[in-house]
Amino acid sequence: MKLPGNNLKDIPVKTDNAEEYSVGNIRALQAEIAACLEKLAETGETGIIDLNSLPFAPGEYEQLRQALGQGEVSARIEAIGPSEIIETRYPGVWWVTHYNVEGDIVADLIEISWIPEIMKSQPDDIRTGLELLRAQLDDALINDEVQQ
Amino acid sequence: MNDHDTLGERLAQQGVSRRAFLKFCTAMASLMALPPGSANAIAEALIKAKRPSVIWLSFQECTGCTESLTRSYSPTLENMIFDMISLDYHHTLQAASGYGAEKSRQDAMENFFGKYLLVVDGSIPLKDNGIYSTIAGRTNLDLLQDVAKGAAAVIAVGTCAAFGGIPNAKPNPTGAVAVSNIIKDKPIINISGCPPIPAVITGVLAHYLTFGSLPELDELGRPKSYYGETIHDRCYRRPFYDQGKFAKSFDDEGARNGWCLFELGCKGPTTHNACATTKWNGGTSFPIESGHGCLGCSEPHFWDAGSFYSALSMPASPLKLATGGAVAGAAVGIGASVANRMKKNAAKSAHETSTIADLEK
Repeated sequence: MKLPGNNLKDIPVKTDNAEEYSVGNIRALQAEIAACLEKLAETGETGIIDLNSLPFAPGEYEQLRQALGQGEVSARIEAIGPSEIIETRYPGVWWVTHYNVEGDIVADLIEISWIPEIMKSQPDDIRTGLELLRAQLDDALINDEVQQ
Repeated sequence: MNDHDTLGERLAQQGVSRRAFLKFCTAMASLMALPPGSANAIAEALIKAKRPSVIWLSFQECTGCTESLTRSYSPTLENMIFDMISLDYHHTLQAASGYGAEKSRQDAMENFFGKYLLVVDGSIPLKDNGIYSTIAGRTNLDLLQDVAKGAAAVIAVGTCAAFGGIPNAKPNPTGAVAVSNIIKDKPIINISGCPPIPAVITGVLAHYLTFGSLPELDELGRPKSYYGETIHDRCYRRPFYDQGKFAKSFDDEGARNGWCLFELGCKGPTTHNACATTKWNGGTSFPIESGHGCLGCSEPHFWDAGSFYSALSMPASPLKLATGGAVAGAAVGIGASVANRMKKNAAKSAHETSTIADLEK
């Protein structure tokens, strides 16, 4: 017999489908997203909504997933655990979910922007990468000279 | 490497990219209930932050607060303990014991005098010269007063340290008091709850690291970002309260429909905490979502505030209320209690629905 582990996901819990259950959070969120999207389109101002701070009723999180759907872009980042970035069916509305190395959600955001901040290469990382690339080129140059 | 280098230096040595650090700071912003767009500003501050020395003293407690922290999902304990702070003394978690353990505390107190953070969980017994709880032969009172002298601030973790908690409940046989009853000359932050939400403990430490100061506090010394609103105000069942839809017992149609638990004794309207949004077990749920009212564990004297199953609108003497119709003519007191027990047993044997009055006694 397989013993349950110490992860919540290992505990066999049956949950009822709560699709029909809503206390009105989804419509309110959709209205907020629409207002942010309007700002982005007209002024370029970006916005972020932290889903962890919202009092979702059981099942509403899944309802929000269904309401926003999935668009053309999806990406995955590996940095101290995975991050999933999905552009919803509404261009400019991104669902960004950060996990830790154990697979638990550490931040869950709706980002309204041209591109999520976390997807951009960071200046410090670019400089570090440049140093690495230059060092490799220098090594190759030295090797070429030795062989000649 | 110096144990108290900046966080940035430490992360660079571990090969952590700036993007990974930005992700970490995004998680921290969420944890600290700060605007999610502040991750970049947090990153700038944290990268230069010195890792503070932390001395953790456990007094009259059940270790539930430490359990809460070590079950902290976001960020992981490893991040918190080894990267963000230097935990120099915690007698449950540290490997050292006996004289070695006490020496590490003494060393931290001397080397970082005036700069270290003192975390306390558990209440402090004062009766009979504090003899009811001692560590290494010293009373909790003596140890607290000694270690607090060089602390930059004191963080009282859990309702016991913040308000006296369960040891302080009537009849309080050990004369238990809160940290704030003893320490008067240091900033004290109360992170109440039995236990407190792990993310709140780590969030307050992260705030101190990021801003070098304690967050804004309410009148009971609790951080407003987590205790600024009541459970009721942030509860997903709140719309049912507004509509007048209440569960009348734990197994009626209202309970099954997820209606408001106010009439079943929920203390959400008078309890300030972040359970309704931060939730527990990695964001899985919180007591009200599981069908039970809030006990009010983050408020002072919650244990002595009457039955957990009396509605807040009911008078504070639930026994008299329960006896009113059920045992008319019988002697108040023992008679009422026996009658209620009989009624509960009768309901149980007949598989009837138990009411809130049945549960009271």
